[in-house]
Amino acid sequence: MNPLLLWFHKLGSPPYFYRLAGRFLPWLYAIALISGVVGLYGGLVIAPADYQQGDSFRMIYVHVPCAWMSLFVYAFMAANSFVALVWRIKLSETLAMASAPIGAAFTFITLVSGSLWGKPMWGTWWTWDARLTSELVLLFLYLGVIGLYHAIEDTRQAARAAAFLALVGVVNLPIVHYSVVWWNTLHQGQTVSLMGQSKISSSMLWPLLTMAFATHVYFFASLLARARAALLALESGKDWVRGIAQARQANAHG
Amino acid sequence: MKPGTTSAACTALLRRDLALTWRRRGDALNPLLFAVIVVALFPFALGPDAQVLERIAAGTIFVAVLLAALLSLDSLFRSDLDDGSLEQLVLSPHPLSLLLACKIAIHWLTTALPLIVIAPLLAMLLHLPDRVLPVLLVALALATPLLSLIGAICVALTVALRRSGMLLTLLVLPLIVPVLIFGAGACNAAQAGLPYGAPLLWLGAWLVLALVLAPLATAAALKISLT
Amino acid sequence: MNADLHEKPPLLQARALAYARNEEPIFGPLDFSLAAGEVVLIEGDNGSGKTTLLKVLSGLLEPTSGEVLLNGVHLTLAKLSHQVALLGHLPGMKLELTTLQNLRFAVGLGGIRPGITPAIALASVGLAGYEDQPLRLLSAGQKKRVALARLLLVPAALWLLDEPYANLDREGIELVNRLLLTHAQRDGAALITSHGAYAYTSGTPRRIALRAQAAQQPASEVHA
Repeated sequence: MNPLLLWFHKLGSPPYFYRLAGRFLPWLYAIALISGVVGLYGGLVIAPADYQQGDSFRMIYVHVPCAWMSLFVYAFMAANSFVALVWRIKLSETLAMASAPIGAAFTFITLVSGSLWGKPMWGTWWTWDARLTSELVLLFLYLGVIGLYHAIEDTRQAARAAAFLALVGVVNLPIVHYSVVWWNTLHQGQTVSLMGQSKISSSMLWPLLTMAFATHVYFFASLLARARAALLALESGKDWVRGIAQARQANAHG
Repeated sequence: MKPGTTSAACTALLRRDLALTWRRRGDALNPLLFAVIVVALFPFALGPDAQVLERIAAGTIFVAVLLAALLSLDSLFRSDLDDGSLEQLVLSPHPLSLLLACKIAIHWLTTALPLIVIAPLLAMLLHLPDRVLPVLLVALALATPLLSLIGAICVALTVALRRSGMLLTLLVLPLIVPVLIFGAGACNAAQAGLPYGAPLLWLGAWLVLALVLAPLATAAALKISLT
Repeated sequence: MNADLHEKPPLLQARALAYARNEEPIFGPLDFSLAAGEVVLIEGDNGSGKTTLLKVLSGLLEPTSGEVLLNGVHLTLAKLSHQVALLGHLPGMKLELTTLQNLRFAVGLGGIRPGITPAIALASVGLAGYEDQPLRLLSAGQKKRVALARLLLVPAALWLLDEPYANLDREGIELVNRLLLTHAQRDGAALITSHGAYAYTSGTPRRIALRAQAAQQPASEVHA
């Protein structure tokens, strides 16, 4: 076995992953917090107001990174689902299922922030814009995966069933997106683009990229924390979990 | 000792399911009744103005038919699971996907086809223009098998759950958004005098894809559910 | 044992077979083999994993570790599953259909043994004259007999019977024993589960004892 494969094999073992994730976790949270604060400060204070949209364009710094994340997390979940179903790696099942609620949260924030942005821009809370509609369908897909996972009692079987659904969603998602775009152009003509055609100036761009970075790091931090908790629950009978529990108890008493 | 042929197995399954549907023929009326009631409710909500009804006719009929078909999806594997027949299907030496394809086909024949047959009645209730009716029928003929095929995957995933109704709806509806968009879209285009070929062709292409992939996916999902 | 028996692999062989659900071991690791002509009894209390073992052996569940060999070949090959017939707690039959319709469907799905018809099979489980009765009009014991008739029809060498004596009267128990004996004489083999109430009287069958895993005891093979 080559070293990289060996490392992956090792990473797949729950106790090793638990310890490694525990070591990374504080750093990830710190980086996410710092880059998030910097990005928001850059976006909400330093960046100039848009000449057309005024200050309301600043919604972009929440809306767009979350929208990117909603898709990124789905891709991440689907990739892990694939690994979980084909190679039956328990860690991948855990990661896929741990990322689903985070992805749903990002999707929900995207919808809410899009709606808040839409009010000053279009004069309405909701418009059947192609991208918003696709996000709504994406939210339903996430909710389906989460719902199926929680409905089945056997945790591992539930993870496999939900992972399968996530993969079905991947095949379907492009079809949904293009059908929605087609439907939208048929009914409304070209949609008003939130981003505008003009190139975004660098003083507006760097906070956006910083925010995108911050949300990615936050996702991984949150994912590791959730996966650690899920692994503890999944392996509650194993010796390494018992060891951790005993160490905690000793700490609490000492 | 040799097993029987796969075609013999499919024939046996088709014959058994047809016989079962005939024994339970009362149940087959439920989706029809549901679709008629849903469609009949719209004039009460919107008023009897023929022009208003005409505008929403195609979309309403599509939604009503899809919901009625969705209601009957749960019965696809339910009784087979309860009496152990599903285990025997999985254990049979024949490709499970092919056997499931037969089951899906029978299910479509007995639940969705009657809906297409009464579609002209629904169209009449909502004053759908006569020239749109053929487009509606073609769109339904392409859309309902798609719903059965995609729905079968979701049913296979939820079959082991005792109460799967709401969850099944949550799983199926986002997946069939494109079916609704293209199906009702074709009807609306025809009604507006626009070309309607493209959305129908898209539905057809998607149906071909689903015919190949959905039985395989259903078999895989069922194996996950039964372990 | 003579030499040519050694060359032929046993009908069924389990190697270090174990199954766990949610990390909780259900049974195993188990090692045993089953030759043609043998009837083996799996004994164990409720919850000792007898039903799960039969499901794993039939290929319905995948073992957590270990392997199942059928005539020396891996069971996971779907093509081999026609050699195995599982009779579980559920009859696998439709109550609305007649006994003959149910059996015809089973034959269509699993193939047919040469020299038998559904009607003959029904007669040999003592249900002659019930051909056109819907299954729901039969008693629990009669339904069980129809399920046994299915076993006679399909060309499976290995029978996996989960509690075949349940719901049967004395006559029915004798019927099961007679069927098992005939099956063994035709070079078939069978695994039967039972929770203590032992009813198989022909010869002295080998027994495999399963114990509830909570006791953390290894399963052992007991020769009667």
